[in-house]
Amino acid sequence: MTTSVKKVFEEAGNQISFMSGFFGNIFSRGFEGNEFIRQCFIIGYKSLSLVGITGFILGFVMTLQSEPTMKGFGAGSFVPGMVAISIIREICPVIIALICAGKISSSIGAELGSMKVSEQIDAMEVSGANPIQYLVVTRILACTIMIPLLTLMADALALLGGFTASNIGGHYSFLLYFNKAFSPLTFVDLLPSFAKTIFFGFAIGFVGCYKGYNSNRGTESVGVAANSAVVSASLWIILLDAIAVQLTSVFAYN
Amino acid sequence: METLTKNKEQKENTKTVIELRNVKKSFGSKNVLTDISMDLFKGENLVVLGKSGTGKSVTIKCMVGLLVQDEGSVVVLDEDVNNLSSPDLKELRTKVGFLFQSGALYDSMTVRENLEFPLTRVLKIKDQDEIKQRIEEVLEAVGLLSAIDAMPSDLSGGMRKRIGLARTLILKPEIMLYDEPTTGLDPITSREISELILLMQKKYKTSSIIITHDMACAEITSDRILVMNEGKVIAEGNFEELKNSQDELVGSFFK
Repeated sequence: MTTSVKKVFEEAGNQISFMSGFFGNIFSRGFEGNEFIRQCFIIGYKSLSLVGITGFILGFVMTLQSEPTMKGFGAGSFVPGMVAISIIREICPVIIALICAGKISSSIGAELGSMKVSEQIDAMEVSGANPIQYLVVTRILACTIMIPLLTLMADALALLGGFTASNIGGHYSFLLYFNKAFSPLTFVDLLPSFAKTIFFGFAIGFVGCYKGYNSNRGTESVGVAANSAVVSASLWIILLDAIAVQLTSVFAYN
Repeated sequence: METLTKNKEQKENTKTVIELRNVKKSFGSKNVLTDISMDLFKGENLVVLGKSGTGKSVTIKCMVGLLVQDEGSVVVLDEDVNNLSSPDLKELRTKVGFLFQSGALYDSMTVRENLEFPLTRVLKIKDQDEIKQRIEEVLEAVGLLSAIDAMPSDLSGGMRKRIGLARTLILKPEIMLYDEPTTGLDPITSREISELILLMQKKYKTSSIIITHDMACAEITSDRILVMNEGKVIAEGNFEELKNSQDELVGSFFK
């Protein structure tokens, strides 16, 4: 019992120390601009198809699922607005973040884990270079910037998916659908959900880097780092979402 | 302890570049270094022999601050490694080259980018002509100029170690630490690497510590040998002296 409590505090201390290392290196000299752009390309561009397809299908399926029920109440015309609000406020930010946790956090965890195992991180450190600046700062910043942008794209494609689903029977023109989708939306629907994706992005990058950078020696630890990165990042996303929704309902919707 | 090769007078005339005194290190309940004291003199090749798990790699990792000893002192180039600030430790590390067992090449970069990395990040060299010239010079020295645009995954184990050595030497260190440089290589490549270590010592005038249990490597490269067992030095001498040692454990390395 005492040992496990000690371990929890140790882990918390290590994470805080890792985070302070990250913040300490963001504004220090020698920012790795090229590596940051390369990471934005890997994290953002290479996730476009997965995120795009997921977003489109989310909107498509949600519309198909809710339309019959709403029509039963005679509220079929409210479907575009309802789908838009659910997609933009909650579904896209959380689902896209969870998908990115699976794709990006695990790949960062595995990449840094294998670099640790093959002593590449030690080699970087021992040569006098700064591995935190090169490996960690670039990846966390790229995640923090690219995940919100990917979510915005997924939002747009989800609405397009909703329009496609609604239009299977030829009910709506493009203009009418988007008019109905956007009319109930307000600024406070978009801004808090966009803000929370920044935190999701940070959590995905941070957890992936932390787990990979601190993995133990041995090839098994690479798998463990990748796996625990996904689990921890997903958990962080759910927790951050709960906090964000609570804060939003207190400050934005009242 | 076995006879000392260099007599006291000789030692006094030679500058010590690394000095370990009563170093102890444990991981959990396992005592890895029980009491290590050693010196590396300027310009010499010191080979550290010992069975696996006797703390050889831990010893050299303490010398560059990758691990921190529990007790004792580690002085490198007149600096106490554990009392250095982060920028000073970085500065010291540029003077100490470390060749890892696997070569530790950055596998997402080409050989050229691997060699550029320390030049642009550590020495902050911006001039592309100078970078090109230094890369070509060091690759020529290790005989692998043709591999300049290859990825590490395309290289053999021996080539990876040569490139790892080139990447370390490009910073022109005063001290080289080799962690089992010939492990996992065939006898011919091992010999080539051992001869390369000797050649590089002459070309770059480095002082070196070579951790190994390859006796051919020890014979080619050593000026002096330390034998470690259970976290401490049990014998010291040159190759011939230790070969004729009466100590059973020391003798077993030479059989």
